[in-house]
Amino acid sequence: MPFWRKLTEALLIWATTPLSELGVLSKLVFESFYWGIRPPYRYRLFFAAAEFVGVGSIFIVALTGLFTGMVLGLQLVDGFREFGAENQTGAVVGLGMSREIGPVFSALMVSSRAGSAITTELGSMRVTSQIDALETMAVSPVQYLVVPRLLAGVSMVPLLTMLFNIVGMCGAWFVAVRLMGIDQGIFLDRMAWLVDWEDVLHGLTKSTVFGFTVCLVACRHGFFASGGAAGVGRATNRSVVHNAIAILALDYFITSILIGQGLF
Amino acid sequence: MTLFSPAKDPFEEAARTHIHDPIHMMVRDVHKTYGTHHVLKGMSFDIHRNKTNMIIGPSGSGKTVLMRQLIRLERPDQGEIRLDGQDIVSVRGADLTKLRRRFGMVFQMSALFDSMSVFDNVAFPLREHTKLTKPQIRERVMDRLDSLGVARAHAKMPSELSGGMQKRVAVARALVLETSILIYDEPTTGLDPITSRTVDDLIVEAQERFGVTSIVISHDMASVFRIADFITYLYFGRIEAEGTPEEFIQSANSATRDFLSASGVTLDAIRK
Repeated sequence: MPFWRKLTEALLIWATTPLSELGVLSKLVFESFYWGIRPPYRYRLFFAAAEFVGVGSIFIVALTGLFTGMVLGLQLVDGFREFGAENQTGAVVGLGMSREIGPVFSALMVSSRAGSAITTELGSMRVTSQIDALETMAVSPVQYLVVPRLLAGVSMVPLLTMLFNIVGMCGAWFVAVRLMGIDQGIFLDRMAWLVDWEDVLHGLTKSTVFGFTVCLVACRHGFFASGGAAGVGRATNRSVVHNAIAILALDYFITSILIGQGLF
Repeated sequence: MTLFSPAKDPFEEAARTHIHDPIHMMVRDVHKTYGTHHVLKGMSFDIHRNKTNMIIGPSGSGKTVLMRQLIRLERPDQGEIRLDGQDIVSVRGADLTKLRRRFGMVFQMSALFDSMSVFDNVAFPLREHTKLTKPQIRERVMDRLDSLGVARAHAKMPSELSGGMQKRVAVARALVLETSILIYDEPTTGLDPITSRTVDDLIVEAQERFGVTSIVISHDMASVFRIADFITYLYFGRIEAEGTPEEFIQSANSATRDFLSASGVTLDAIRK
């Protein structure tokens, strides 16, 4: 095959792969909506998925929230002291946590813990023909496996984000007030002055989208895994990487839309 | 006991009217292509009612692809497949669900749900598709497990069972609904000779006890000549030979002879 033809083919593949991936994801979303509104409604599977995605992630989300809040308090007090603005620490922690850090970190944690496990579970089911078995038993694998996990992601990640925010703010308060001597009244007053419900809703909107995305990408990679145990490993790896990229990229676009600036 | 609403199921109606028809499924000129790879190149053959129909051929000849068309996990690009005279290629939506209930599938690796116990695996199709009460489900599941000799393992997880026992549970699961065709995808691959023999006996036993039509996809020639009523030989997307084992031996062409000799089975040994 001539070089120019190989090059053209390689460029075409490079250009169409993201489109193809987008197509696969869109089809899975469409099928999930289609099967999600059709009975039977699988409450038990939803609660099991919610328990796995939500309850199972409480510890890791709270822990990362605590340390993120603590280090944020430490850095902000230290940095703001340079120009005498350390009293604004509470305001910046509150705003940053509720709008940005809470949703992004919670989603990344859920992606690492629950998303990877979802991909591995569905991938193993795929390569051992368990998903084919569901289909031959006239049970929609999308309805049985994907829909409950998507619903769990949409409902649990916002709750985990709230937990992250609360624990993170407590961590920042502890460091700023107890360890670095910021006045408690000022810390809390500045936080309450700058952060309002709109900021919290801003973060929760993001975390709802992130929850859906994390579970969708995780399900997509597991559901279409191939190539035995090694293939499941590769799918899990791709799932975590794609999720991290998707969360950070979506974060920018959702923020742009919500604040009405920064779009082209 | 009626498990489903019979009035709405076209395949149940067809099954009733064709009960004495010796041809259970009819495959005519079926083609399937993936990208540029033409896998099934115009296949035509019959599946015989209440018999063990073996589909054999070398690896990559299209056996599993054919199985996926038969059970309508995929749709052929061209050709006709009929079950009890009813076209199944154009079936969609709810009718496809009803169609799939007519089939039971035993996968190569058994494909038992590893998060469920043996009992829950077998009860799964009943919980999904019937309105039976808990005691009725229990009775039916235990009956199937008992008739296949694995009732004592009902509380175990699939990973705690041997390969042969997993196959038995998979057959029990495939038979727990009112299945009329049982498809086995390479059931003896990876099993030792004694377990392979047990699985062969199980296929015959399931067919005789439950009166189902068996389709066995295999390249284990020892199994084929032990249990087959009809043999269909696939060779890279085409049917090379078809018929009863005797007819198959008579009609064996060079490709078939090569396949037989490569599997260590000689025509003389089979005739003996």
